[in-house]
Formats: sequence, C-alpha cells, structure tokens
Amino acid sequence: MKRLGGRMGRTLAEKVWEDHVVRSASGEPDLLYIDLHLIHEVTSPQAFDGLRLSGRKVRRPELTLATEDHNVPTLDIEKPIADPVSRLQVDTLRKNCAEFGVRIHSLGDIEQGIVHVVGPQLGITQPGMTIVCGDSHTSTHGAFGALAFGIGTSEVEHVLATQTLPLTKPKMMAVNIEGKLKPGVTSKDIILAVIAQISTGGGQGYILEYRGSAIRELSMEARMTICNMSIEAGARAGLIAPDEITFEYIKGRPHAPQGADWDAALAYWKTLKSDADAKFDKEIYLNADELSPFVTWGTNPGQGVPLSQAVPTPESFGDEQERRAAESALVYMDLKAGTPMKEIKIDTVFLGSCTNGRIEDLRSAAAIIKGKKVASNTRMLVVPGSARVRLQAESEGLDKLFLEFGAEWRSAGCSMCLGMNPDQLKPGERSASTSNRNFEGRQGKGGRTHLVSPLVAAATAIKGTLASPADL
Amino acid sequence: MEKFLSHIGTGVPLRRSNVDTDQIIPAVYLKRVTRSGFEDGLFAAWRSDPDFVLNKSEYHGGTILVAGVDFGTGSSREHAVWALQNYGFKVVISARFADIFRGNSLKGGLLTVILPQEEVEALWSAIEQDPKTSISVNLESRSVSYSGKSVGFDLDDYTRWRLMEGLDDIGLTLRHTGLVEGFESKRAKFKPKTLPVLS
Repeated sequence: MKRLGGRMGRTLAEKVWEDHVVRSASGEPDLLYIDLHLIHEVTSPQAFDGLRLSGRKVRRPELTLATEDHNVPTLDIEKPIADPVSRLQVDTLRKNCAEFGVRIHSLGDIEQGIVHVVGPQLGITQPGMTIVCGDSHTSTHGAFGALAFGIGTSEVEHVLATQTLPLTKPKMMAVNIEGKLKPGVTSKDIILAVIAQISTGGGQGYILEYRGSAIRELSMEARMTICNMSIEAGARAGLIAPDEITFEYIKGRPHAPQGADWDAALAYWKTLKSDADAKFDKEIYLNADELSPFVTWGTNPGQGVPLSQAVPTPESFGDEQERRAAESALVYMDLKAGTPMKEIKIDTVFLGSCTNGRIEDLRSAAAIIKGKKVASNTRMLVVPGSARVRLQAESEGLDKLFLEFGAEWRSAGCSMCLGMNPDQLKPGERSASTSNRNFEGRQGKGGRTHLVSPLVAAATAIKGTLASPADL
Repeated sequence: MEKFLSHIGTGVPLRRSNVDTDQIIPAVYLKRVTRSGFEDGLFAAWRSDPDFVLNKSEYHGGTILVAGVDFGTGSSREHAVWALQNYGFKVVISARFADIFRGNSLKGGLLTVILPQEEVEALWSAIEQDPKTSISVNLESRSVSYSGKSVGFDLDDYTRWRLMEGLDDIGLTLRHTGLVEGFESKRAKFKPKTLPVLS
C-alpha cells in the first residue's frame, strides 16, 4: 500500500517500533532492541537462574534497573520481612543484582517503590524508548510516548541475556477521546469507560494510542493511569504522543538528558506522533463531556458502569458468554441485579498502586477527606506508590490529613492491589480500590473488589458506601 | 525446551470465560524462586469446591484443558504456564487467549490452540459425554482430532518450527549478536543509562 512519491504515514507506535528493529526477516518476528529493562523480585529469580545455568551474563546492566515492590511489607519496613518465603524472594533479587551488576533500589532506599512509579520519577522513562518489565502494567510508561509492555519470565531472561526481544508487530488501534471532562471525573474514569466499551479482550493483538483533546489536557500522572490499564482492555501496550507537558515533566529529573543531549533528545521526541495520514487498523471514539465517575460491579475490569447506575441484569447482555460471566460475577460479588451502585457498602478503601498511587492521586483524595472522619465500619489504607511519593506527601502534610481522617498511612509497594504481602482482604470483605484488577480473590481469597478513581475512593471512605465527591 | 510434535490425551472441560492469571495461580503462590512446584496453586480458589472440574474423578489424568474465551488475561506471571505444566497439562484450547499468556505458553512449550467458539463447545460436549474421549493435537498438521473428526488451527510457521525443533529463543537470538552490536554502535547518545547511579 505504498503511495506515489513517498511512504505511507506511520503511527507513533510504528515509528518507535521501526527505530528499534535490529533484525527483520520474512516470516519471522522482528528482533527489537530494548532501551530499558525494569525488574522486580517476583518474575526475575527463574530468569537469573536460567542465565547461571547457561553461563550467560546480563548483556547491558546499565540498561537494567531493579526495585522491590510486589512482595514487600508496607509496615515495619526497617525490620526483616516476617514471612520467610517472601524474605527469600527479596533476598534472591538482592543477590542476583549483586552477582550480575544490576542497580537495585531495595526496601528502605529513597528510590524504592512500585517499578512503574520509579521509572518516570527518575526521568529514566523517556519518549521513543522501548521499555519492558516482567509485569503487565509496564504499559504505564506508554504515557511518555514509549513503547512499553509486560513480558513473562522467559522473556525477562531473553532481555537480560541479549537486550533484545523477538516480537511480532501488533495491529494499531486509535482510542479517540474528544471533549472536556466534567469536575470530579478523572482519567481513571476514562480508562474504565474505554474498557467497558471494548471489553477485556477488545484490545487483544493491538497497541492502543490514546489521542484527542481530552487526552492532551491531562497531566503526565493522569496519562499514566490511562496507559497503565491498557492491559485490562487486552492490549499489551498503550501510548500517548509526547508534548510540552511530557517534556516539562522530564526536564530536570535525575536521568533527563542535559545540555546538547537535551536538545538532541527534544528534537527527536518532537517527531514522535502519528502522521496525519497514518492508518489505524481500528478506531474507537469516546466523548469526554458525557463521562461521569465509573465503577466496576463484576469480576473483570470490563464489567463497569457509571456510579449513578445500578448493577446490570445478566439478561441485558446479548452475548451468551458475557451473560454467563455476569451471572457468575454477581454470585461471587454477592450483588443483586438492579441494586443502585451507590447503595453498595464498602469495608475497605484502598488508595494506591501503579494505577493511582502517585502524588496527584494522594493530593486529590486528601482534598476530599480533609477535616472529615472515615465512616464507621470502613477502613482506609493509603499506600504511596514510591518512597519519594510518600516523602513528598509527608512534606505537604497529607499523611497527617489521612491519619486524622482515620486512614492507615503505609510505606510504598504494590500492597493490596494484588494481595501478595500481608495487605489483603478477608473472605467476603468488599473494597473500593484505586487499583487495576477486580478479579476474584485478587486482593485476598474471597475478597470482592470495586475499581474506582481516587476521588470516588475518598468519597466512599467518608460515606461507607460507593460515592463520588458530588454525593457528599 | 522439549520438542513438541503431537500430543494424545484426554480433555478437561473448563466452562468459564475470562479465566485470568490470578485465577490460574493467585499471587500468594508466586513466592517460590524455582520453576517447579506450582501445581498446588493451580486454580487454587476453585480447588476447594468438590464440584470443580479438576476434582471430578472422571477427568483425572486429563492433559488437554479446554477453556472458555479470553483465557489467561491479566498479570504477565509466567507462573500461570508453569502451574498448568506442573499439574500435567500439555495443551490448552480456547477461542481466544490473552497476548502475554499466549506468548509465555508458546515460549515454555505449553501448546495453546485457538479454535472457534463453536468448536470449543463441540469439544466440551464430546468430553462431557465421554470423559475418556481421546483427543489428538498434531502440530505437524496443525489439527485437533477426536471422535473421528478433525479441526484445523492456525499457528504461524515460525512458532511451529521453534516448538517442533524444541529451540531456545535465546540461542536463536545469540546467532545475531553481530547485528545487535551494530545496532548498539548507532544508538543515540542521549538515551538514558541506569548506571552509574545519579541522584
């Protein structure tokens, strides 16, 4: 489909892809160079073992960065980790990093935190890069116009050994979001609405590019929330073209290019947008003006509705599989079809995760709870995304606001998002969570999760039932 | 990796869609630093239910899991593949797999076969009618055969060749180290490095 006089327009993702092709051969996947490999304790030990077994080294330790996040406690972090199995896993990462010369930010280090909060914060996440990590929320870094995606442990080993990955180019989907968000509506509501529209399988095989006036208006942190949940729509990666907001965010951070390097980088970054005549394999549209706070009712992130609506009836789904999924979700969630979402009582509010554990998320929730008290029979857990986010929040006095409100103020980590450390729901407990997955048992065996924005989380903690700030 | 040419076994019908990797193996089971022993966490939340399909004696010994659409969504944990393999599964059949899970499975030698939903339904019925139904999955002919019927499936030539030869991806890539070095020599100087540590 070449046009006369030149090549066809390319999408942003195609540009980044093509800039990283080491080898291309007909009938084989492209071999892509990886600019940054982030690692953590859970998905790396078997990869390092593989290197040892084959007598291989880490090819580019200077393009590799480790942090401890999934399995670490958020209380008493200065003490040895109580669970011996968790401790062994964290110790294994430390030993592997020491043996292979990889930089690590361990518990207690000022740069420790959730891997997807740490990268952007250090300024090491930059436009036009390829970034991978053994974690599906690596798509977060796409907010900078990077091609970033989650990989499995075999691929972690492959990147450690070769700094490349063989990959087949996905299809391209444009997610167009025009208009202006109403007050109280956040980027979390945008992405939950996108997932409800295209379903958890809708983005399968695609890279999503979020575009349109509503996206351009968003801060970097809000953009990260959107790209973070691309995987919940089935897409391995999602990205946003970098602009002045992006460049401003990066400038001055520890790993931002300096001097002439900054000028060279900026000149390149400015080319990173989809051409006007770029062809997407699929386009979807959402009107930001019509969006309102969004929450999930079921057990996959596509099972969501506006907070103002009610739990849907399974019969309302035309598709047989979706109807059956809705039936089993209602049983697991112990919900009756037709119940207004706002009548659902919440036991635990979780504010944190790589989706919504950044400083803007904490600030926006703190502004709502300021001077109020947490509802009786509801607890709130506030877990900053990184040690730096925690320190920043404390320097602004947010910790005091949360503590006076009656919330728990914790140290950084993935925490209750995946319930791998002691921060878990008890069987039957129901949460309003700013995290990314409402899967059965995700936050603890038998736990029930409603995904919400930080604003809805804060209002819910005050009322004890699902609520938005407008309901207060 | 072991070569995969074909597999003959019996099936286990998992009539659920959207089986995410947290269902396949919950996070609390991911603390091991080895590649083995994950079978105890496989479908952990459902295993306590005596009616769960893996607990039914007629399906014991099944090596081919036949699941609903969107199998393996969510977390990138390769432990999901290991848990299925450690338990004894060699093949998973579904109408649609999540990208990362599928990539992980094909790298680890767990064959994931995509069949149209109506063929999945037909297979479910056949297995439920006779749990001893012998199912043959052949990579050479890219087909699933049972009860005298044969259904073809798609798998790209490259992945099929890699599975049939039992080749290790890293070994294949290392053949191109010269190209990687060439690429590295031309990388932009402004690209960030994690070392030395800056503050």
